[in-house]
Amino acid sequence: MPALAARGLAKRYGAIEALDGVELEVEDGELVGLLGPNGAGKSTLVKIACGLVRPSAGSVDVCGSPAGSLAARRRLGYLAELFRFPGWYSADEVLELHQRLSGSRGGEGERRELLELVGLADARDRRVEAMSKGMQQRLGIAQALVGSPQLLLLDEPTSALDPAGRRDVRRLLEELRARGVAVLLNSHLLSEVELVCDRVVILSRGRVVAAGRTAELAAPRGVEIETDGGVRSYPEARREDAPRLVADLVRAGQPVYGVRVLTTTLEELYLDVVEERAT
Amino acid sequence: MSGAVTIVAYAVQEARRRRIFLIVLLLTLAFLALYGLGVEQVMDVAEPEIAAEGPLDVDAEMVIGATLLGLAMFATFFLGTVLAIFFTLGVVRGDAERGLLQPLVVRPVGRSTVLLSRFLGAALFCALYVVCVFGAAYAITGWLTGWWPDRFVAPALELAAAVALLAALSLLGSVFLSATANGIAVFMVFGAGLMAGFLGQIGEALGSETLTEVATVASWALPFEALYQDALARLTIESSGLERFFVQLGPFGGAEAHGPELFAWAGVYLIFVGAAALAAFARRDL
Repeated sequence: MPALAARGLAKRYGAIEALDGVELEVEDGELVGLLGPNGAGKSTLVKIACGLVRPSAGSVDVCGSPAGSLAARRRLGYLAELFRFPGWYSADEVLELHQRLSGSRGGEGERRELLELVGLADARDRRVEAMSKGMQQRLGIAQALVGSPQLLLLDEPTSALDPAGRRDVRRLLEELRARGVAVLLNSHLLSEVELVCDRVVILSRGRVVAAGRTAELAAPRGVEIETDGGVRSYPEARREDAPRLVADLVRAGQPVYGVRVLTTTLEELYLDVVEERAT
Repeated sequence: MSGAVTIVAYAVQEARRRRIFLIVLLLTLAFLALYGLGVEQVMDVAEPEIAAEGPLDVDAEMVIGATLLGLAMFATFFLGTVLAIFFTLGVVRGDAERGLLQPLVVRPVGRSTVLLSRFLGAALFCALYVVCVFGAAYAITGWLTGWWPDRFVAPALELAAAVALLAALSLLGSVFLSATANGIAVFMVFGAGLMAGFLGQIGEALGSETLTEVATVASWALPFEALYQDALARLTIESSGLERFFVQLGPFGGAEAHGPELFAWAGVYLIFVGAAALAAFARRDL
């Protein structure tokens, strides 16, 4: 049973079709990146999975329970793109409130562990209103982890973080994946998604326009071989052609210093499919 | 149940941390002190004058006491309304627009629990507040004028029910309107109810059936106003003749006994408003 399964998911806001027949699965222990331009429907999809928005058609199941049901909400953790915690609460109190609401029995130990995990151990008693945006985002991630959820839905979790903060979140996500937690990561940061996600799903105008492992999605762009005569380019060659090309050069007496198999980057793939859908 | 307790505790903690309780307490004490000063001054100046008007044969203490307590009752109702509206005006759409609501409602507590808890927290606090302030005004009036109203418990409970109804209306409005728009709307509804009371009084004085009927319909459409009118009427329910006439012409009159069916209607109204708010919130995209 997948941790998250969307089937024929559609959502209309009046005349605007935010989602149109979306199919998506996230397995246990899988980290899936959700990409797409502004207005593609990424946040709507995540909100439907959380039960915040009702779908116009189709369904979403969270660990086998319909999205929005109490059973589904017991199993997920969610960080919204635009969220706010009461400014008068301390970091520890925010987590305590969410422990009570989620029925977590982790107590003070869980709160301390989560604050350490997101690098806020020293800010335990600091009020939210005295925190920077980046600290609040770290606290938001800790809040989403309260109660050890099986599925984590993160909507732009690193938008306010500095590079070191983003690296910390990447490490955290990898650790969660190792623990078997399923993660759907909604992000605009393609490099981040490429570094950490097992699979990517690209949405454009409410539809899935590409989905799969990054390596599978990447299109071949030829092979470059560095010899003493300079870099030779073979634009039509594929990865499996590289050994033969090198052997031919060696046989011809050309010393080979390096080989590069070229594929499209995630950014190029993203721009290709999104622009194609837009035209 | 534990989810409901957590939400109520959250609301109470917010009010305490934001010093709302402290501000309300200090300003209410100031209001009661001013009220006491006013009652004392009126007794010093007006009581001998009324008593000197021998042929009118009215109980000066009763006329002054009932008029001033009616004034205090209106002020208490107004303060309770302000609290009820400010505690609830942004509970749904206002908090959702600020991103405060979503992290709470994705937790396994249920939207109905969130809404009912916020209503219970606001309604209980405001009800307790108006009962306490009205009780203090009652004691001040009795102590300084020597006149004690005919009823205390029933009017106090009616005031409490009236502010609870306003809290429910404000919660219903919060599902559809932004915080500012909702606050304005509920205050205008409150003002409309007040105007209905004045219209009824003018209608009775002029003998206009149309005005009286409009006022009656408006009072029942907005039962918080009918409860207030009924509570006011109960202060002097056992008086009669010229004294009752003077009391009903008081500065914030509109005293009108509505009978026991009012309570049944207020209950049905509260259930209807609550059900509408729950149904609308359950369907609302956040």
